[in-house]
Amino acid sequence: MNIWIAVGATAVGCYAVKLIGLLVPAGVLERPVVRRLAALLPVALLAALTAQQTFADGRMLVLDAKAAGLAAAAVALMLRAPFLVVVAAAVVVTAGLRALTG
Amino acid sequence: MIRAGSPPERETAGPGAGRTEAGQAEKPDSAVVRDALGVGIAVGLSGFAFGVTSAGSGLSVLQTCALSLLVFTGASQFALVGAIAAGGNPLTAAAGAFFLGVRNAFYGLRLSQLLALPRVVRPFAAHWVIDETAAVSLAQPTRRSARIGFTVTGLTLYVLWNLTTLLGALGAQAIGDTDAWGLDAAGPAVFLALLAPMLRTSTERAVAGIAVLLGLGLLPVLPAGVPVLAAALAAPAVLYVEGRRAARRGTGENPRPDTQKADGRQGEDR
Repeated sequence: MNIWIAVGATAVGCYAVKLIGLLVPAGVLERPVVRRLAALLPVALLAALTAQQTFADGRMLVLDAKAAGLAAAAVALMLRAPFLVVVAAAVVVTAGLRALTG
Repeated sequence: MIRAGSPPERETAGPGAGRTEAGQAEKPDSAVVRDALGVGIAVGLSGFAFGVTSAGSGLSVLQTCALSLLVFTGASQFALVGAIAAGGNPLTAAAGAFFLGVRNAFYGLRLSQLLALPRVVRPFAAHWVIDETAAVSLAQPTRRSARIGFTVTGLTLYVLWNLTTLLGALGAQAIGDTDAWGLDAAGPAVFLALLAPMLRTSTERAVAGIAVLLGLGLLPVLPAGVPVLAAALAAPAVLYVEGRRAARRGTGENPRPDTQKADGRQGEDR
């Protein structure tokens, strides 16, 4: 039930912001500081999410095979690999390391 | 959704890609369709990664598919299932996903002028206002090709993203322990792939660095899901410091002009 609440709230919220963009007159959201903030907000959220999902286990910080997987993804990104290859690199390295270390 | 990193997108929305300036050369419809299909197919397939991650995070197949059908903006979807997996409160989890989705409003702003959609169509078109459709549409030289680009990218992506979400969720259920297959590394890899192209200037890097410190440092002391929201404060904090510095210099301008308008993402203010 809790999950459905989260799904519903996200669906409504995300649709609302998409629609607002199409409906409000241009200029309302075009103030420079608002645009700067809108561009930087995803940077902060994505950085925090990347770190947490790599190094957090519940409320504890851990260093496990996922960190190696993320490093592999970073290398793939630097080599300008396509998106799916980046994700695959992380998955394969993580799985491989776990298989090796039991 | 997956804005970054995929090569087709770079081609279609590369630097110098013209927009609505009058008098620009017409682009053959077939070329627009080809660009749009390239982005739609490449990114649409990555719904598989979402389906696997979502099912591995404890969501049912139905919940996973509902997210792709109704939310349809990839980063928010990944963020939500990650927060749920971490045991967050549903509304806190939804708030993180919502803030990631806010950028779509800025795409909508630019698209509504570019596409000039009739009012009755807007509520339907709104669902497809995401990174990829914005990137393809904003890179087109004429209104006609922008409309074709928006429609073809949106349709291809919507159909494939939902199809591959279903397959991924079913596949994850068949596999059982997704962690043993390293599939829990897919989520952070997706975020990193989205983030990397955004780290263009020291401003973005400062925001990212502070957000990482806040996100990890607050993890032991705040309820699940809240540290991510607190980390979002890195954005206004850095903007504030930057503004102060610029003011002290007496220019009133940002210290670094940005060069972000290349990919159809919300460009910077000058």
